[in-house]
Amino acid sequence: MKPRNPQNRKLVDLSIRLLSGAAALFGIAMLTWILGTVILKGAGSINWEFFTELPAPPGLPGGGLANAILGTLYITFLAVLIGVPIGLAAGIWLAEFGKDSKLAEAVRFGSNLLMGTPSIIIGVFVFVILVATTGHFSGVAGAIALAIIMLPVVARTAEDMLVLVPSALREAALALGVPRWKATLGVVFCAAKTGLLTGTLLAIARVSGETAPLLFTALNSPYWPSTVNEPTANLTVTIYNYAMSPYDDWQALAWGASLLIAVSVLGTTVLTRTILWYRSR
Amino acid sequence: MQATALMNPAMDTTMTEAADRTYMLAGERIKIAAKGLNFFYDDQQALFDNDLKIATNRVTAIIGPSGCGKSTHLRTYNRIFELYRGQRVEGEVMLDGVNILDPSSCDVLELRRKVGMIFQKPTPFPMSVFDNVAYGLKQHYRVDKGELQDRVEQALRQAALWDDVKDKLNKPGTALSGGQQQRLCIARAIAVEPEVLLMDEPTSAIDPVATARIEELVNELKERYTIVIVTHNMQQAARISDYTAFFYQGKIVEFDQTDRLFTNPANKQTEDYITGRFG
Amino acid sequence: MLKQKNNMFDPLFRWTTLGGSLVVLVLVAGILLTLINGALPSLEKFGVGFLFSQEWNPAINEYGALSSVYGTLVSTLIAMLIAVPLSLVIALFLVELAPPGISRVVGGAIELLAAIPSIIYGMWGLFVFAPFLADHVQPKLAAIAPGLPFFTGPPMGIGMLSAGIILALMILPFITSVTRDVFQMVPSVVKESAYGMGSTTWEVTRKVTVPYGIQGVVGACFLGLGRAIGETMAVTFVIGNSHEISASLFSAANSIASTLANEFTEAADDVYLAALIELGLVLFGVTLVLQIIARWWLRRTAKKMGAVR
Repeated sequence: MKPRNPQNRKLVDLSIRLLSGAAALFGIAMLTWILGTVILKGAGSINWEFFTELPAPPGLPGGGLANAILGTLYITFLAVLIGVPIGLAAGIWLAEFGKDSKLAEAVRFGSNLLMGTPSIIIGVFVFVILVATTGHFSGVAGAIALAIIMLPVVARTAEDMLVLVPSALREAALALGVPRWKATLGVVFCAAKTGLLTGTLLAIARVSGETAPLLFTALNSPYWPSTVNEPTANLTVTIYNYAMSPYDDWQALAWGASLLIAVSVLGTTVLTRTILWYRSR
Repeated sequence: MQATALMNPAMDTTMTEAADRTYMLAGERIKIAAKGLNFFYDDQQALFDNDLKIATNRVTAIIGPSGCGKSTHLRTYNRIFELYRGQRVEGEVMLDGVNILDPSSCDVLELRRKVGMIFQKPTPFPMSVFDNVAYGLKQHYRVDKGELQDRVEQALRQAALWDDVKDKLNKPGTALSGGQQQRLCIARAIAVEPEVLLMDEPTSAIDPVATARIEELVNELKERYTIVIVTHNMQQAARISDYTAFFYQGKIVEFDQTDRLFTNPANKQTEDYITGRFG
Repeated sequence: MLKQKNNMFDPLFRWTTLGGSLVVLVLVAGILLTLINGALPSLEKFGVGFLFSQEWNPAINEYGALSSVYGTLVSTLIAMLIAVPLSLVIALFLVELAPPGISRVVGGAIELLAAIPSIIYGMWGLFVFAPFLADHVQPKLAAIAPGLPFFTGPPMGIGMLSAGIILALMILPFITSVTRDVFQMVPSVVKESAYGMGSTTWEVTRKVTVPYGIQGVVGACFLGLGRAIGETMAVTFVIGNSHEISASLFSAANSIASTLANEFTEAADDVYLAALIELGLVLFGVTLVLQIIARWWLRRTAKKMGAVR
């Protein structure tokens, strides 16, 4: 039995330490590189017209993405309107009624599957049921695709948060003779509201950067969004179309839109984390 | 030099009055000697000027109320406190005449091979019973398979666990009972042939029957190892130890042969504690 | 009177929330059935051969999934090969090595990396990273390993390699943050006792921390794998969209998701559309199987590890 040389073991340990430090640095470097690029290339396009005007044909000066900004807000808003209530309902049922039943397990498995489903598949699904059947692309189809993506996120967050509410609180409310729905909505939601708010915010952050599910549902449009039944302009598909175009000024607008999307998505994420952080203190 | 100082108490001027019956260590070989040990958690001082000598192949118990610094003191002997930021120590701990707190004279990996530790809760690693015991051997030595098997068996026998587990060597360590897990941890510690075993309240998380077996085991193990055991259980200290140190508020109030400390304490605080008047 | 009203609401509340839950199940079943139904013309025309044909020719209406499946698998494999070890060492850094302040900052940065929308990865990949790869990395790779078929052909930047690397960046934060949580769950007394045996940090990590949380780490890898396989926009921007299978990682390729993104709105012909939907069905099937394997695996390890945790 020969002793191992402790110096060698420490050398291995040190190299792993250095390696892990280097890997962490690499992560930060990549983040800086990506965000730096977006800021440098995007900032030039951000001006008053960017927020107020319709896109100009390539080559002509000026023009903005006001229609796409509006369209994105409006599709996202619709998606929240559809996705959040259903998600909350599912979360409440899982936490309050379903619990460990077979059906609840199936619903949890289903929502895991849905969360793991590539967003482009959701796009294909909505295309087949809503676009192919009606014969036209539409903003509402886009909103429904985003709502489907939000649904499992909201449901699982809501369930997690409701389960965390001490059962004594629930029982105290029920013991006062408060009916179940009031107990849940009033007492329990009040206790869990930050969690539910952050869950919803995270779901919004998640979908507002989504492109794939909008490609064949909302499509895109050079005009102002008007009714929900026609192709609707939105930022992410615009980025895709403009980036792939050969025109420099369109590519510049795409960078501007990227900056806007990055700022709003990262902003929402940071806001949510800050709320959670303050909450946990 | 350490030893001569002890043989002749008159020469040892650092001893406080209460502890000056330390000369009862006469005739013992000293394994560990802590001198002027101060310990800090950030700015908070937890140990004050601790002097303690641990006799070779004896069981030394450290007793005292919770938060008195007994675990903190023990955790300097293998420098395990270094894992945590903000914990630091002043003074010296001599192990066989080498100051282990000095990184230049003492390699921490080798120190921890020589000084094994058993914790409050059993800590089997997420691997089989066999691999648990082989863990330290494989880290510190290049061993061939046959020898590894022999040594694992030997360690398990010493820890009085062999008969319980010889048919479940490939079962996960976590599948054993609490008492067996703790003996597994002892086997794991002694497999690398340490010289000292530190035990930090090793029986506080297991049932009375298992506790009795571990106490028996400690009694057998002192033939080969120097044992320092922290316990909040005074009966346990009285049953198994040769020497006892009483800690209070980070200071060593009294140190003596166990039977004398319990029957005839020199210090009022010690007396109050062992008679149950506080703590 | 009022009480009466409340009592009526309780069952209503229960059934409404149940309805929300059922929507989840209906959606999963609906997606599967819709895809199968939509793919029928292609299923009938090409049968099982669809999976093994390299042909993808809208002009003669012949379609096969092989090049898309190949591209999806290879780009995902590259991503996993890069992201898994990198994530493990970053998690190790965050939990075991970095001081708390630095750990929080780096951890936050890694989480931001996860929040960046995939279209931005695509923009950056197309305009910044692919040219960088073509100018600085690919010529070196070709010079280092002249004989290898992976690194041959003109260094265009765009292609399988850049898709794989960008996918790696995208899944890195997911694997890292789950792995970090897993490392943090290992009780400190177990780590202490491993250090107490005279182990180095690396030895403790490799022998104790990682095995302790292995189920979680594998779960994290499956999570990353699932995302990489279905990731669309970033890949579409940089993979080059070619239906030729090439051994060289420098060549343009396509993945299932990128083909859908590129061609779906152009598919005028019924069989073309059905073939695309069948590609989608394959992708959905793969994610489904991955999820089921992951669950089964987790349950199995949980059993094997006994009462660990």
